[in-house]
Amino acid sequence: MAATIAELRIRALAYAERRLPALTRLRKPETLPIRLDRRRIYVLPTGFGGAFGLLLFVMLLGALNYANNPALLLTCLFGAAAGASLFAGFRVMNGLSLERIGADECHAGSPLTLHLRFAPSRHGRPSLRLRAGDIETAFALPRGVEGGTTASIAATERGWMRAGRLRVSTDYPLGLFHIWSWLNPDAEFLVYPAIENPAPPLPSGDVRGDFASRAGAGEDHAGLRDYRVTDPPRLIAWKASARHDALLVRDAEHRSDDALVLDYATLHGLDHEARIRRLTAWVLAADAAQRDYLVRIPSGTFGPGAGAVQRHACLRALALLPYA
Amino acid sequence: MREAIDRHSFELVALAIAASIAAHAPHLPIWLCIAAPTTLIARVALRRRGVGPAPLAIRLPAACLLLVAVVLHFGTLFGREPGSALACGLLALKLLETERARDARVAVGFAGFVLMSALLFVQSLVFTIGVSLILIVLFAALVSLQPAPVETRQRLRSEIRVGAILLACGLPLAAAGFMLVPRLSTPLWGGKDRSTEGHTGLSDSMEPGALTELLIDDSPAFRVRFDATPPAPQQRYFRAIVLSNFDGAAWNRGHRGDSARSEEAERAGTPVDYVVTLEPTDRRWLPTLDLPFVAPPGARFSADRELIADDAVSQPREYRVRSSSRYTFAPALSAQERARALALPEGFDPRTRALAADWRAANADDSGVVRAALDLFHASFRYTLHPKLLGRNSIDDFLFATREGFCEHYASAFVVLMRSAGIPARVVTGYQGGWWNDSGGYLLVRNSDAHAWAEVWIASRGWVRVDPTAAVSPARIELGAAAANDASSWAQSWWVREFRNHFDRVNGWWTQAIIRFDSLRQRGLLTPFGIDRANQGELLVALSLVLAAVLLLATLWAMRESKPPRDDALDAAWAALGRRLERAGVEPRPSEGPLDLLARARAALPTSAATLNGLVGDYVALRYGVDEPMPERVRFFTSAVRKFRVPRRVKKRKAASAAQR
Repeated sequence: MAATIAELRIRALAYAERRLPALTRLRKPETLPIRLDRRRIYVLPTGFGGAFGLLLFVMLLGALNYANNPALLLTCLFGAAAGASLFAGFRVMNGLSLERIGADECHAGSPLTLHLRFAPSRHGRPSLRLRAGDIETAFALPRGVEGGTTASIAATERGWMRAGRLRVSTDYPLGLFHIWSWLNPDAEFLVYPAIENPAPPLPSGDVRGDFASRAGAGEDHAGLRDYRVTDPPRLIAWKASARHDALLVRDAEHRSDDALVLDYATLHGLDHEARIRRLTAWVLAADAAQRDYLVRIPSGTFGPGAGAVQRHACLRALALLPYA
Repeated sequence: MREAIDRHSFELVALAIAASIAAHAPHLPIWLCIAAPTTLIARVALRRRGVGPAPLAIRLPAACLLLVAVVLHFGTLFGREPGSALACGLLALKLLETERARDARVAVGFAGFVLMSALLFVQSLVFTIGVSLILIVLFAALVSLQPAPVETRQRLRSEIRVGAILLACGLPLAAAGFMLVPRLSTPLWGGKDRSTEGHTGLSDSMEPGALTELLIDDSPAFRVRFDATPPAPQQRYFRAIVLSNFDGAAWNRGHRGDSARSEEAERAGTPVDYVVTLEPTDRRWLPTLDLPFVAPPGARFSADRELIADDAVSQPREYRVRSSSRYTFAPALSAQERARALALPEGFDPRTRALAADWRAANADDSGVVRAALDLFHASFRYTLHPKLLGRNSIDDFLFATREGFCEHYASAFVVLMRSAGIPARVVTGYQGGWWNDSGGYLLVRNSDAHAWAEVWIASRGWVRVDPTAAVSPARIELGAAAANDASSWAQSWWVREFRNHFDRVNGWWTQAIIRFDSLRQRGLLTPFGIDRANQGELLVALSLVLAAVLLLATLWAMRESKPPRDDALDAAWAALGRRLERAGVEPRPSEGPLDLLARARAALPTSAATLNGLVGDYVALRYGVDEPMPERVRFFTSAVRKFRVPRRVKKRKAASAAQR
């Protein structure tokens, strides 16, 4: 019995796939650009639309009963304009083409902000709505230029995350018909680990790894090189420069002397995720303090270094650590 | 969606409600005309100051008050006027609680209903157009309820525009629906609500001004189908009631029993057979063309040969009659009858009597007196539906002072003149004219075609119909009441008259094509498609077909490929050049830039090398040399590309090489 039902279900799904490809196609993520066409735009009357239909029927009956032709004409006009609104609404959705999708930097536990860009179209698209999760945002695309909107989705876990199905809809122009479609872009966004809050202060300088001792200590000039125009001023070793009558900068590869070491292994007494959260907080704190730092985690060692590139590399590595 | 709508939307909704109520203003009780706008304005003003919706403690008593006020004013809640007053009041109250989009939508939908019901009172062309324009405001209000994060500038304008476009797009479908929606042959409920309308049709008494109400009532009185050809327009006199008694102010039938033997009549000329479909009048008179000869079942003739039904006509009634336009009616008049037809009240209208006596003295012949009267009317009288009021000696006032009026004044004055001159005469009321419906093949007679004329008794000819109104306004007889009334405005400058004439024609068209479009004419609608008398099912099929066609067209329109615009004329021109080169055998490759293409093209088309150098050079300068190419130069480049001709020789060579291969 159960087998028969399962077989019937599969058959029904296969039939649905043949007849309405969008129903199933939308389950799989699609590559960009995603263009909405009639096969994947759905229309149903809204509650107001249903009530409006009932009202029209009553008006029609009244006009017919009293044999009042102007009233009948007005009723027909009302109904026909309402019907025309369906097509106007469909036109707002038809041909809508999602070109790009991007996201802001995001840590688990805070919402992931998506940025969607739509291709320019010949006519304006007023009053669209995008629903991601439970949050709905309204937007409009002016004619002829590329336009877009943002949406927020909840990001609960670190690691790669899909945008999921986004629902684009419109009630335009009269609110009688709800016209919707689904966007499931094949795009993944990296969610950085959650930040421990409150986090303990950064480990003090004496917690140094063996890397620091490896770099030839005692040599004054070790790790210095000539200044280049592109070097940031904060890297200039002023004292050494004064001694040598030339601007010298600390070379990045040898700056591990003062680099803070953020080591996964030294964080005793915390479980895997807690360690990741603390390291994340520390990376952000070190970055905010503009200090050089080095992150050592089971998947490798990152740094030493500073700046956006180092921060992103470390956060990415932390986000992609396998779950314990 | 849950939060309060913004000020712009709210006020547009308020405007839509106000406009819908305003459409009812002419027939609303005065207190509501004051209370409803006050409520709307107060709510809008308070909301501007941040006051929220009115609490139930205000709304509920207000609604109860409205209910009580309507009942006190009209005595009932049911019927057209109380219903509309109640709906308008409730609509105004609805704004009190409107705060969110959902309430606003309900309010606008209700406003649409109220708007439509306004057409139950007035059906004129101008009013219908006005109501349709208010519909645009309703649509604009609905559009404004949509979330619109951009285009905050000129928002109202774009919303009104959308509303107007929707309405315009709806027109064709609305027209099809209007023509093809099957009409009901009998109302589902109610009926015509005549008692409250004061919509009485002809009455058995006539005093000055009594017909005015009727003459502006465009609703149908009856329809006539003739077995053979219909009589000429000026012969279409439908007799209904004969009024013989005059008391100085009003004419009435008198107290002669209906059972009296009908005066004898002899028919001459060919009879006319026809079927009358009478709208309900709640009275017993059945209008007949001229003199009827055979009474239909359920009705009989009175002594004056009025056709009287056994029961009041409360449902549409169909009856078949045979009449004749040429007849001798009562060739001999009994003394009693003669006395009745000469009776005049004492102490009224001395000047009229004196005038009649003069005529009598001057003319030995009765016909001469009749002619004298008609000449008098023709010479110095004016037809108008809005005459000045008359005093106690109404006939004197009319004949010697105001000299204006419509059929009942003329008929009344004429009969008094005749009686004063000793000629038996009486007033006949009924209908004259009507509108010949070509597609339906019937004559439509409206209440506005009501008419009054006279019958004078002339020895050896019997009762003869004389229509004094025809002497004043022939247009009334030939074209109908509305035309005659319009013709009286001779004093106005010609273009005002022209405009009024055109307007009247449009109004006439409106009345004929829209207001009087009924199931009878609807049946003839499908004749061009081979269906002679379409029944409701066939009409529904036709409606479905039209609906399907319109939906198909609309779908095609909506799905028209909306390609991204190619705004860049320079790109378009460059692509055109590429196509020309391709035709010459130099196909642009996606990987190659303009200069590489130029190199290849120069090699393949040595004769055009100089032109190509110039063209490609221009393109490179325009595309890469400046941020924004000047439109004039782009246009110049475009025309240069258009002028560029691929050398013919090359094509031949290409063809030859293809042949070799």
